[in-house]
Amino acid sequence: MKKTALFGSVTALALAATGAMAAEGDTLKEVKARGVLNCGVNTGLVGFAAPDANGNWTGFDVAFCKAVAAAVLGDATKVKYVPTTGQTRFTALSSGEIDLLARNSTWTFQRDTDLKLDFIGVNYYDGQGFMVRKDLGVSSAKELDGATICIQTGTTTELNLADYFKANNMTYQPVNIDSNAEGEQQYMAAACDAYTTDASGLAATRAAFADPENHIILPEIISKEPLGPAVRHGDNNWGDIARWTLYALLAAEEYGVTSANIDELAKSSQNPEVQRLLGSSDDLGKMLGLDAEWAKRAIKAQGNYGEIFAATIGEQTPIGLARGLNAQWTQGGLMYAMPFR
Amino acid sequence: MVDYPGAASPPFRLSMLIYDRRYRSLTIQAVVFIGVMLLASWLIDNTLRNLAIMGKTLSFDFLFRRAGYDIPQQLIPYTSDDTHLRATIVGLLNTLQVSILGCISATVVGVVVGVLRLSNNWLIARLMTVYVEVFRNIPLLLWILVILAIFTETMPPPNAYRGENPAASMVMFDMIAPTNRYTAVPSIGMSNPPGVIALGREGISWALIAYAVVLAAAYVAHRLLRKRAKRIQDATGRRPSTLWISLALYLVPVALLTWYFGLHLVPPVLKGFNFAEGLNLDNAFVVLWLALTLYTGAFIAEIVRAGIMSVSKGQTEAAYALGLRPRRTMSLVVLPQALRVIIPPLISQYLNLTKNSSLAIAVGYMDLRGTLGGTTLNQTGREMEAMVLMMGIYLLLSLIISGGMNVFNSRVKLKER
Repeated sequence: MKKTALFGSVTALALAATGAMAAEGDTLKEVKARGVLNCGVNTGLVGFAAPDANGNWTGFDVAFCKAVAAAVLGDATKVKYVPTTGQTRFTALSSGEIDLLARNSTWTFQRDTDLKLDFIGVNYYDGQGFMVRKDLGVSSAKELDGATICIQTGTTTELNLADYFKANNMTYQPVNIDSNAEGEQQYMAAACDAYTTDASGLAATRAAFADPENHIILPEIISKEPLGPAVRHGDNNWGDIARWTLYALLAAEEYGVTSANIDELAKSSQNPEVQRLLGSSDDLGKMLGLDAEWAKRAIKAQGNYGEIFAATIGEQTPIGLARGLNAQWTQGGLMYAMPFR
Repeated sequence: MVDYPGAASPPFRLSMLIYDRRYRSLTIQAVVFIGVMLLASWLIDNTLRNLAIMGKTLSFDFLFRRAGYDIPQQLIPYTSDDTHLRATIVGLLNTLQVSILGCISATVVGVVVGVLRLSNNWLIARLMTVYVEVFRNIPLLLWILVILAIFTETMPPPNAYRGENPAASMVMFDMIAPTNRYTAVPSIGMSNPPGVIALGREGISWALIAYAVVLAAAYVAHRLLRKRAKRIQDATGRRPSTLWISLALYLVPVALLTWYFGLHLVPPVLKGFNFAEGLNLDNAFVVLWLALTLYTGAFIAEIVRAGIMSVSKGQTEAAYALGLRPRRTMSLVVLPQALRVIIPPLISQYLNLTKNSSLAIAVGYMDLRGTLGGTTLNQTGREMEAMVLMMGIYLLLSLIISGGMNVFNSRVKLKER
């Protein structure tokens, strides 16, 4: 009996590994054959990736999935969204369950090397912050000595939190939770004094509260969290496609190409860079194994980077995030597309 | 086929491996064994090869790297500077803690409920039936989540105890403060502490050792006393009363030690965000323990009931005829015989409880699954190693429990002479 169980588990492990082998090949070919892009997203973080009232996934990360699907498959709706938790996301990617991970994941050395992922760029420069209730009377993270803090397990925030409190010689009591929804529930029930995650995630979480005005996000940002989409290490062509789709969205904003004027610009623009980007001259798409209009479709799907930002998490939305570090380099931000030539 | 003793066996031919009954079973076993081994080696080889393709080699080095994360519940000192190995041990100890306490409390609940379900009191028997059926037939995870929700939603947060006119007040003479994070209970303080022996980073108080020694001595004295009473009973037929002397043997030295060390209760005090000074019983632990106890207790109740019902009614009637009262009949006649039926299925309930404790992740109790199989696995990305290690540990744990209980079983089972 015990032996049976052991063999069973070995079988399960080996099957998981077999799945990985299937994913080792040419991701582009596989996605095209399948006709659907499997995109790993958050289990539910309003503004970044969450199903709306009709069950359609929307958000900042979702928009990137759509752009890649539009570039590769020619149809932004051909995406299967696979909700992943902080714990399951990297396994889902390395086992081949998803082709692309767009789930506000921090680019770190260890993930890039030891976990065999390739981060293809940064789509949101973030940092870890704390949210508390206003009536707690706390105005700085330095006043959180002895507090109970809710934290998503399996994230970099868990390590930052430990480091921050150690560096400031303070103590805290962690409450480990598995998903953002669970964290919200515990925080709302005051089972923890503070909730910590990336500042953008806090803003998104707060926006979903019934009483957002009663909660404040503390000014301290305790870490660098460059969030970006990731692909498996080793499939360089697929990595290039994802990377240059992101750059296409950024470049489009830089050159003023929007989803509204893109068709017109594709015909009339005299800017050689825009012509190359939209496939009017040269055939950059071919070098990626795609057609000439790949970037045009990607931009048309949900608009350029700025449009996506404004529509999902920008200041006009309930989440209300300013561009800050995420503005174009021409505006004093860090967003900088590599040249299309 | 010559089959009588002394017959010379015919020369061996290859076809006999299939057509001769004496060899056929050997053949089948050999074929199956080779098949299983081939399958196993293929699976292992396939796994290793696929890991190599992904660029991941099997390595347990990560266990000796800095863990970097904190664990809320710890039985031994642990900080984020310790290694993943120590984090694993902290998790293992948490698993053991909830499993052992769970097994004990589930057994108590199970025995009481099992006996009460057979009670002649209609109401009690029916109530116990309802408990057993409700807990046995709803998945454990749901019970854990329901109990957690009750604890989180109905208990006040610690700061409800603050201020002139607090929204919540402490219970039991201002000694216990239930909150939605933990239950703050008094800790034991000493006004005359005798110091500690340092054992690595862990310290053991001399007071604890003193109590252990005194209690052990009292136990030995108690046994001697009972032996003497039995000797007198055997000789004269009259058993001298030992109750008061036994009680004094235990209580007087303990009371003296308590007075000497100046033991007293330190009530929890609200300091900053949380209660301090007292002992905070983490809700995650309490919820998990409670859920495991009630769930497994329902199964054990049925096992106990089956065990009792397996003892023939003639035994009870004979005991009554000898003049034994119902309670003594139960404890002296029925239960010892019922144990023989109860123990084997009880072992599997203990195993189930231990394995079910891995549902701790649902309430954020950091057991082995939460540390090694959760955060460590995630931060290091060593899924295969962490899973294999975790499976090995659970397997070992189960085998130890099973082995221990089998020894106990062989002691209570019917002795054949």
